[in-house]
Order: sequence, then C-alpha cells, then structure tokens
Amino acid sequence: MTFATARRYAFLALAALFLGAANPATARSDLTLAMVLEPPHLDPTAGAAGAIDEIVYANIFEGLTRIGANGEAQPALAKNWDISPDRKTYTFHLHQGVKFHDGAAFDANDVKFSLDRARAPDSTNAQKGLFEAIDQVEVIDPATVKVTLKHPSGDFLYSLGWGDAVIVGRTSAATNKEKPIGTGPFKFQNWAKGSQVALARSSDYWGAKPALDKATFRFIPDPAAASAALLAGDIQAFPSFPAPESVPQFQADPRFKVEIGTTEGETILSENNARPPFDNPKVREAIAHAIDRKAVIDGAMFGFGTQIGSFFPPHHPAYVDLTGERKYDPELAKKLLAEAGYLDGFKTTLKLPPPVYARRGGEIIAAQLRSVGIEAQIILVEWAQWLEQVFKSRDYDLTIISHTEPNDLNIFARDDYYFNYRNPAFKTLIAEISATPDGEKRNALYGEAQKTLSAGAPVAFLMQFPKIGIWDAKLEGLWKNYPIPANDLTAVKWAE
Amino acid sequence: MLSPSILSHLLTRLATSLLTLVFASLVVFSTLEILPGDPARLMLGLGASEDAIAALRGQMGLNQPIILRYLTWAGHMLTGDFGRSYTYAVPVRDLIAERLAVSLPLALMALTLSMAIAIPVGLFAAARRGRAPDSAIMGVTQLGVAIPNFWFALLLVYVFAVTLRLVPAGGFPGWSAGIFPAFKSLLLPAIALALPQAAILARVTRSALIETLSQDYIRTARAKGLTQTAILRRHALPNAMIPVLTILGLQFSFLLAGTVIIENVFYLPGLGRLIFQAITQRDLIVVEGVIMVLVAAVLLVNLIVDLAYAFVDPRLDIPR
Repeated sequence: MTFATARRYAFLALAALFLGAANPATARSDLTLAMVLEPPHLDPTAGAAGAIDEIVYANIFEGLTRIGANGEAQPALAKNWDISPDRKTYTFHLHQGVKFHDGAAFDANDVKFSLDRARAPDSTNAQKGLFEAIDQVEVIDPATVKVTLKHPSGDFLYSLGWGDAVIVGRTSAATNKEKPIGTGPFKFQNWAKGSQVALARSSDYWGAKPALDKATFRFIPDPAAASAALLAGDIQAFPSFPAPESVPQFQADPRFKVEIGTTEGETILSENNARPPFDNPKVREAIAHAIDRKAVIDGAMFGFGTQIGSFFPPHHPAYVDLTGERKYDPELAKKLLAEAGYLDGFKTTLKLPPPVYARRGGEIIAAQLRSVGIEAQIILVEWAQWLEQVFKSRDYDLTIISHTEPNDLNIFARDDYYFNYRNPAFKTLIAEISATPDGEKRNALYGEAQKTLSAGAPVAFLMQFPKIGIWDAKLEGLWKNYPIPANDLTAVKWAE
Repeated sequence: MLSPSILSHLLTRLATSLLTLVFASLVVFSTLEILPGDPARLMLGLGASEDAIAALRGQMGLNQPIILRYLTWAGHMLTGDFGRSYTYAVPVRDLIAERLAVSLPLALMALTLSMAIAIPVGLFAAARRGRAPDSAIMGVTQLGVAIPNFWFALLLVYVFAVTLRLVPAGGFPGWSAGIFPAFKSLLLPAIALALPQAAILARVTRSALIETLSQDYIRTARAKGLTQTAILRRHALPNAMIPVLTILGLQFSFLLAGTVIIENVFYLPGLGRLIFQAITQRDLIVVEGVIMVLVAAVLLVNLIVDLAYAFVDPRLDIPR
C-alpha cells in the first residue's frame, strides 16, 4: 500500500466514524423475536396451537374485547358496551373508521359474521365452548351489535377476548390460514415456512401507532440454538425461553434482561379416577402426599415454576394458597395406602408426553412414588399418541401434563373429561361461578372451588408453569406474564 | 457416446426404479395409516368439541375409505400434484420445493467440502502408509467419525457466531435475500455435516488406494520408473474410485434427508425438519410426499453412481 492510498483509507475510516457518530439518535424500530414452535397456520379461529396466537394476537387480529398483560378483559374493537339488568343482553358499541388490512371496512356485520361462523355446526373453532352461551347476534346499525345470551355468563366479556374469538373479515376469513387479514396495528408480510413470519406496521391502523415498524418471529426449536441465537444477537427477544438450565448465564450478562413470569399452565399429575386403584380417594390422597413438588420443580425446571395446591393460577386475585394442605409426607402417604388396602403398594403406569417438564418431571415423580411403594412404569408417548390414548380413549393410569387454557377450572366439572372425575358438589359450584359476574362473590366461589379440588385430590397438583422471558436489556414493553397465548407488540419499543 | 449395452442397462434400471417407486408408495401409505393419532384432534387441542373435530376431519377428506384415498393420492402424484398439507393448508409440492431449495444446496456444499478434504487426505495418508503422518491422520479421522456432528455444530456456533460474530448462529434468510447471505448461513451447517463425512471418506479412500497399490500393474508402473505421485494420481486413484463413489452416493442420500439434527441446531428450514414436524403433527400427506421425493432421489443417485462406475472402470461397460 502506498502512502497516498493509506492516507485515503485513513480518511475514509475517519469519515465513516464521524458519519456513524452523527447518526445514532434514530431509535431502532425493528425487532426479531423467537418462538420454539412454528404454528401450523395463522388463523386463530381454526386451531388450538398457542403458536398461532403468539404471532397474531393483538398484533394482526383483534376481538371485541382483548386480554391485557395482567389477564384482564379490556375494550378493543368494541369501545364500550351496555349490559341489560338480567345480564343476558350485551350491546356493543364499535369503533368507527376501522379497516381490515386488505382495505375492507370493518362494521357490525363482520362481528355477526365472525361470531356466527365460530359457533356454526360445521365450525372448526378449537374453543367452541366459548360461544356456547350465545343465543343470537343482531346488527342494530353498522356501529352497534346486540348479543343475546341463553343464560347469564360471568365470563362472557373475557371469552370474547380469546384469540379464538377475534373478528375476521367476511371476504378474507377463508384465507386467513395462509394470509391472515385482521384489523390490528401490524399486518402480515410473509411466512418463510420452517423459518420465520414477518409483520410490518399497518399505516391505517385505527388506534395508537406502535413504535415498531417491523417485527419478525423466528422459529428455533433447539434449546442450545436458542441460547446461541440470543448471544450472537441474531434475535433480540425470546419471550418463552425453552432452556431453564441456561437462564443463570443470561441473568449474569448485563446485555440481557430476564423476566420470570407466570402462565395459565397448571401442571399436574393426572390420575384416571375411573380405574382402580385411583377410584379410591385414599390412594389419590396418598399420591398427593408422596410427591415433593419442590424437588420436581428444582429437578425438572431448574427451580423455575411456582408450587400449587389446587388448579388455579397464583397470579389470579381469587387464588388461595393450598400448598400446605397436601404436604410432602411419605410416611403419611404409606399410612393412607395401607388404609386403602395397599400395604405393599401397587404397580401402575405413567404415560409421558414429549415436553421436557413431563419427561424430566416424570422420572422424578416415579422415583418419589417408588419410595412409598408405588411402582410406576414409565411409558413415553408422542403428542398424537397422548391425545389419542390418554385424552380421547382414557387408556392410562397416570400422566403429566400442563393445562394451559386460561380459566379452565371447569374441566373438573366435565363428566366426559379424561380425569373421569365425578363430584356433584364441584359441578354445582362451577355452575354458580359461571352465572356470577366478576367481583367479591365470584372470587369467594372460586376460593371454595379450589378448596373442594384440594380436598378431593382428583389429580396431584404440581406447579404453575413459568414464563421465562429473555430479551435485550434495551427492549421495553414485552409481557412478563402469559395470561393468554400472545406476544403483544403494541407497546414494545427500544429505549433511547 | 452411450454404447447400446449401457442404454439397455439404463432402461432396465429405469423400469425397476419405477416399480420400486410404486412399491414404496404402497408401503409408505399403508404404514402411515396404522400410525396412531388423529391430525384433526391434534390441531384442535384439548378444548375442542367432538363436532368441531368431525367437521375438520371432513374438510381434510379423512372420512373417505382408505383405498379411495390411496388411489386419489397416487393418481394426483402422477400429475405432479402431491395434495394439500393438513396443517399448513398449502400444496405439499410447494412445501417440498421450498425445503429442497435449502436441503439440496446444503447437501451439495457438504458433499463438495467432504470430497475436497477427504480425497487429498486419503492420498496423502496412503502414500505414507504405516508412517507417522499416516497414523496421525488415521487418529484424527477416527476422532472425526466419533464426534457427534451436532456437538461439533454447537462448537462451531460458539466460536464463529457467538464469539467472533462472523456468521449468523442459525436460520436461513432465503435465496431472495441474495446469494451471499444465503451462502453464509449455510456455511457452518455444511462444515458440520462435511467433517464427519470427510473422515469416513478419507478412510475409505486410503484403504481403497492401499489395496490398489498392491496390484500388479502398480508394480509395473513402478518398474517403468514412474514417480510415486504419478503412480498414485494416474494409476491408483482412478482404480480406487469405485468404493469411494459408493460411499459418496450413500452420503448424498443421507445429507439430503438425514440432517434433521443439524437443521435443528441451525434452525434451518430443510427437508429433514419438514418431515420431522409433519410426523409429529400427523400431517401424513406431507410425510408421504416427502418420502416419495426422497425415494426418487435415492434411486436417481444410485443410477448416477452406477453410470459413474462404468465411466471410471470401462470394464464394467456390460453390466451383469
């Protein structure tokens, strides 16, 4: 290199330095975040996969109401509503000037179309139960919809906030799986299958404009790859990080922020209440006392997760801490087994689906059961097999599973559910809860329901599944908790 | 250029390949039918009502009798229509094409890399048979065969992506993002895939060379006064190519579909992950389509390898 060229390069380098320094003020407005699972498609009204909602909820699609960061129902496309004194008629007043991303105008007809479509006989909505209370949906005028219920429902406004209840366009509903068209602040750009989904800010959004103008969701199934992608800066956020074992590394790194939140995932050891010996309440109580929840959480989840004593999320205002009711007490467990006529214990099976919490937790629980005399043979199953054998055919003794649906205490009141649990008193309680509006009285009923379950011990309650969120320390506005499946980007921004 | 005997051989091979394809389609279809698990139930999850599941089964065409479904599927496949994915609701053909755009270049890159390393190394080792360099190379290749490729992949990621930040830790931007970024994101996976393959290939090359080196014509060549290098390159290597080609053919088939672990480590949208996902989601029509494409690819590679045998060894001109 001659002196002249060297000088020229030095000049260029300096210039680049100055230009770089002169131009740092514009805040970053793009975000790449990662998820473990790729959704099967992008229509939240036609599938149960949480991964669908984790991309589209609140970003692409909106409902009449929406669930906020703390699990509360808030106005969304309906700016407000009137409830009749008998609480059977809801009149929703809609925002005006709202457009779908394909340019179609949104009005009351879309609301009627969406709700009728979801509850139609040929509907493939994964949560048809949400719409069970609806008797009729009427369009009063383009900005007003009247929904009549068959019976009062305390959960109705909350149910309308689910991803399965979002409002879809009449002309675009059929193609939402591939090309989702909603009313939200972000519109769908493209989906490179197996790789990523890209969203861009919608220029004619009716509400407050989000700070981000581009968001990309990457799919990273491998826990080691998840850590590497964050460390290499390829992604800036992993809202539901899959590798609890790597969390301390990120907690110690000032470039990252780690937020441990809660989810709606009550994780339990399910027992087939119709099958001996689990039809004997004493055996079920014995199992509840044989399990050391802390050891399960430490061993399977590296200490992340909250112990639960019933089937209710600890972050809910109506939560009652019942973990002390069924304490870890192997001696008591042995005594209860002996009283039930199983002095020498018994042999049984434990079917484990693929998630790590089930596989790791299952090994630990099998060991704990063995120490009170119960030999549980572990059988590993895939998801499809689990659904077929355990959930549908109820061909199982024990299984471990996280029930992630919000507000799902009522599954213990369903006769046809895979627990095979029958408790008329509990069913009465659930019916009462469903007919009671939000408030003190409802919370008291919830408390009673939790106690009934703890006492009846239909299953062994293990832990509330954690949400481990890791993101760039300069990123703000992502949800700490997981009240419903969502990665709401509307309030996300980069700090200056 | 093709002699009549090669041509007739080619035709016979094509006919048997077609029969194999038909047979494979029967086996694949019937095996997947007995797999437990209902794709509709899987998609609608724990909260779904029975009538919603029934409605979805109807939409997917799962309520028709199995014979009818096989015939429809096989018939459509003849016209190039692989059906529509249950989960993604897009044509299976497009899904496979998208994934081949990653898997094929990756497999070719890995194969080229593996050859570029293995053949010179094999030559080098064979020429110094039994001496220190040979033992050292054999030790290293032993290690290369023993190290699991996903572990090696993670090591590469931590060095080149996390620490040096030269390449992305994973993902694939798509060829539309430009040749160079796409190439860059396939580089580490190709290396991770190539090294264990190169280790195997180098060992095969070396032993094949050593075997040819004991042949009479090599002695003759030596007696003629040819240098060691000339003997190796001109006389031994071409004759040692048959086992090398066999291994290469096997490796290519493996690299095309058997790379699901590496695809996971680098979260690449390749064929391996497509088939893995499709199996867990019971997206049977995708599984069937991918398997058929792979069967066809393996048959094609075998055919090419067969022709290549004839090319490197003219004595094999008339096949038995």
